[in-house]
Amino acid sequence: MPKVEINSKVCKACELCILNCPKGVLALGKESNPSGYHYVTVVNQDACIACKMCAIACPDAAIEIYK
Amino acid sequence: MEKVYSVPSTKHEVVGGFCPGCLHGVVVKLVCEVQEELGILDRTVCVVGVGCCCITARHWKCDVMNAPHGRAPAVATGLKRMAPKDTVVYTYQGDGDLAAIGLSEIMYAANRGENFTVIFVNNSTYGMTGGQMAPTTLVGMKATTAPFGRKAEDVGYPLHMCEILNQLGAPTYLARVSCDSSPNVIKTKAAIKKAFQNQIDGKGFSLVEIMSACPTNWGLSPLDSIKFMREKTMVEFPLGVYRDR
Repeated sequence: MPKVEINSKVCKACELCILNCPKGVLALGKESNPSGYHYVTVVNQDACIACKMCAIACPDAAIEIYK
Repeated sequence: MEKVYSVPSTKHEVVGGFCPGCLHGVVVKLVCEVQEELGILDRTVCVVGVGCCCITARHWKCDVMNAPHGRAPAVATGLKRMAPKDTVVYTYQGDGDLAAIGLSEIMYAANRGENFTVIFVNNSTYGMTGGQMAPTTLVGMKATTAPFGRKAEDVGYPLHMCEILNQLGAPTYLARVSCDSSPNVIKTKAAIKKAFQNQIDGKGFSLVEIMSACPTNWGLSPLDSIKFMREKTMVEFPLGVYRDR
């Protein structure tokens, strides 16, 4: 089962990962990180196919993928 | 479980200084990945220009040198010629740095065919100084020094650096790529890797122009700025490999 791991400290909530995810795995969360951004969270882990599109598009290198 | 995508070990893990949605971060990540894959971290020197590209200095694990505004190609020339033969030198510049104040330096470095790599991030504005009009600002696009939009009859048309440098005889590799979507980011990485490989093989001057967004100074959200890129800036600046030999 693929797993998406988000480094919430460096996420800036730009939503580029959400734009590039073909399966709707990610969404903006309600909690904020030390920088004050409502960081991205995983909402639909089961749908993930480990295509890495979110991690490749992330400008802050906040996403790591396990398979 | 196996890790299939990880943050490159050649990048410092810090909270980036860029605005949300700024694609500088993607370019930094890609250059770090290329350094890791080619195994050149301990013999690489980065020459950064002035502007938002200065912020990248805290991300690189390789040696970094800050050149005066626009003079990164001139500093890189001296460095590449005098450093030990296997040193890899690249400059990291924005469009206000490379295409405006540094136009003379980049033209002559390219014309001499200096054996280093140029990473040129084009976001059509002066980012750090507050969104002034850059040479690459589109006609009609608003900037703090052009509140009614750029007028061609007053200040002319945007500069296309890849096309200009393509008139010269010496450059080896000139490509314009974009970071607007994941497939394009993968192509960008291939272009950056090729530019570094050319330098290692001693082939000569390589420049990769990377289209980027500036949500803060364009006054758009990150997602809207990606849309603006696809509809406007990437139409004005067509992607492609202009020279490869």
